[in-house]
Amino acid sequence: MTDRVKDWSRKNLFSSAFNSVLTVVFGVLILYTLYRSLRFVFLDARWEIIDRNLTNILVFRFPRDELWRVWLALYLFSAALGFAAGAAARRAGTGSTSAALRRAGPVLVLVAVFLWFSGSFRAVLLTAGVAAVAIGFRALGRRLPLRTAWVVLAVGGGIVLAFAAIMAFDGVGFERWGGLMLTVFLAVAGIAISFPIGVLLALGRRSSLPGVRIVCVAYIELFRGVPLITVLFMGAFTLGFFLPPGTPTPSLETRALVALVVFTSAYVAEIVRGGLQAVPVGQVEAAQALGLSSLKTTRLIVLPQALRAVIPALVGQFISLFKDTSLVATIGLAELLNVSQIITGQPDFVAQGLVFETLIFAAFVYWVGSYSMSRESQRLERRLGVGER
Amino acid sequence: MSANPVVTRRPPPWRDVRVLRVVLQLAFLAGVGLLVLFLYFNLTASLRRLGIQTGWGWLDEPSGFAIPDSDFRSSQPISDALIEGAVNTLKVSALGIVLATILGVVVGVARLSTNWLVRKAAAAFVETIRNIPVLVIIIFWYLAVLLRLPPISSAVEWGDLLVLSNRGLVVPKIVGEGDQAVFGVFIVAGLAAAVAAWIWRTRRFDATGEPHHRVLWSGGVVLAVALVGFFAGGMPLAVSLPERGDLGTREGFRLAPEYAALLIALVLYTASHIAEIVRGSILAVHRGQGEAADALGLSGFQRLRLVILPQAFRIMIPPLANQFLNLTKNSSLGVAISYYEVTRVTRIAVSQAAPAPQAFAVLMAIYLFFSLTIAAITNLVDRRLAYKGR
Repeated sequence: MTDRVKDWSRKNLFSSAFNSVLTVVFGVLILYTLYRSLRFVFLDARWEIIDRNLTNILVFRFPRDELWRVWLALYLFSAALGFAAGAAARRAGTGSTSAALRRAGPVLVLVAVFLWFSGSFRAVLLTAGVAAVAIGFRALGRRLPLRTAWVVLAVGGGIVLAFAAIMAFDGVGFERWGGLMLTVFLAVAGIAISFPIGVLLALGRRSSLPGVRIVCVAYIELFRGVPLITVLFMGAFTLGFFLPPGTPTPSLETRALVALVVFTSAYVAEIVRGGLQAVPVGQVEAAQALGLSSLKTTRLIVLPQALRAVIPALVGQFISLFKDTSLVATIGLAELLNVSQIITGQPDFVAQGLVFETLIFAAFVYWVGSYSMSRESQRLERRLGVGER
Repeated sequence: MSANPVVTRRPPPWRDVRVLRVVLQLAFLAGVGLLVLFLYFNLTASLRRLGIQTGWGWLDEPSGFAIPDSDFRSSQPISDALIEGAVNTLKVSALGIVLATILGVVVGVARLSTNWLVRKAAAAFVETIRNIPVLVIIIFWYLAVLLRLPPISSAVEWGDLLVLSNRGLVVPKIVGEGDQAVFGVFIVAGLAAAVAAWIWRTRRFDATGEPHHRVLWSGGVVLAVALVGFFAGGMPLAVSLPERGDLGTREGFRLAPEYAALLIALVLYTASHIAEIVRGSILAVHRGQGEAADALGLSGFQRLRLVILPQAFRIMIPPLANQFLNLTKNSSLGVAISYYEVTRVTRIAVSQAAPAPQAFAVLMAIYLFFSLTIAAITNLVDRRLAYKGR
């Protein structure tokens, strides 16, 4: 055992004089950083502000007596995601449970942190229920031999239902959402609405009709050439001006969502274009030889292959949208980042420099979401075998 | 035997592809045109109804706000303020691009180090920073780090050289005094000599293969000539040391906390992306190249600098340029921490009196100009350095 350690460290840490110096310097630096971080998290940080504001950070202005709707939505959401995971596992075979736990590690830590701060037994029970539903639907997804289209429909329907559970039936419109919930909503709704627009723009850019092509290229290049924040400002300050006079100005949330969609669809279009270009010409020629119309060629032959190839890149775009939703804080929307600044102004916490704690907490939440998704997307990429054919 | 005359019957127009193409395009363009007109008429109607000006006269009106750390006065027109803001955007972007590239290459190489600890530390850096929104990093550095430095009354001072407080970092500045003409001439001559030295060393290297040391030679020539000029011109430069007062600092060069926070955050965030590009490009260089360098007896550093990186660099140009573009666009987030780059200037102008649609249109045009410029330069470099088929 000691010999193996010796061999390993000689090879990986002390292979040359230079490497030995590096190891010592980095070792000291890392140990010091680790010591300071752990000390901060477990001793110095004053987490009361998170403790008292957990609900604010998660939903902000959302009416407290309607919170059951959020739980209901969470159940629907986890059912849909569990079903999707099960269906995917049926196709590709399943990995070991320990690997799955390791992958879910950051998310589990995040949920544990949330529950720790919530300090409520009911929340623990409800969360356990969410997990149970996810696992149950995963098993169901693995059993039911459904076609891909049905799976996509079921999952999409589940997500739509989840949003409907909150908004419909005298529910709470997304104008009154906030915190992490608004962040997730803007990202999910943003990518979902951008996707069809992006596909159309990509097809337009590849069109043989110059009139269509030029318009699509102009749109795509314009919005890819400017920062998101300028589009957000344009939307937040001027969207009402572009509507027929007399129409009431849409809410700030709606205007932000429109700006996010306008911006993101240009990026989705470029991703889809990459997928379209990757479809071999022979596929189109074969479709033409079969006598398919150009519409049918696109719908039945080109798009299915192109979209399958771009799924990982689309997940990447979703991740960057998830991070970019933080920009709506600059136009005054109370999403995760903005809430973490707002709560430092509460009478109990004002002017105590607690922004350190709240920003680190917000960064941690963003990190878990973004890191886990990028990991899953890499796995998806390997599974789909993109770039291997 | 009479050949059948070849009859080319044109299909009826509603099934003729040539006709259909034109009709389809016209219909599409008409639709887009109508939409644009619709939006335009709505816009002008709304602006008139609200009594907001519809033209571009606002660009020449006095701005009514000042820009810190610049000579811009509030009586100057808004167009000047926008230019000043664009200059500030360039200031943070240009330095940010240089620093992010350096840090990104170092971290990217470190991710492939043979040293386990270095490799893991670099990976931890990349995976942490890359997955946090850049705006969170910017605000964190500004609110949680730089603004929490000691106030000016208890600033950290290192002799007369450096004053660090929550008003920023103040360091000595070199200022000109007296007649600069002679010194200026020497500087120009020195630069010309440096270029000549560069060309000479390059030719020498091409002819004989002896080490060129171009950077050393050129730098040395400039320094030597400038030093001679400095004394010949009667020492026209002086150092202005920072002085701490009760309310702030005087003299010296001030690095404002807004600028520093934006710069640090952009550099860290972009470097984490560049590191991944560098790593991927190095891995994409053919293994045989590294093995050949080893066989020639090059040291690890030489192998990297002379064999691997030059080839990896060609692969990484397009994605790297994309990151430079992202950094420039992300500098617009300075608006959140009141750094006066062009977005913040526009935002303030709008909150004063400037009409929002036109002002933000100008802002987008400015960024579009930056983007297209960077894209054009990239294409040029890419075409010059791309692999020639061999």
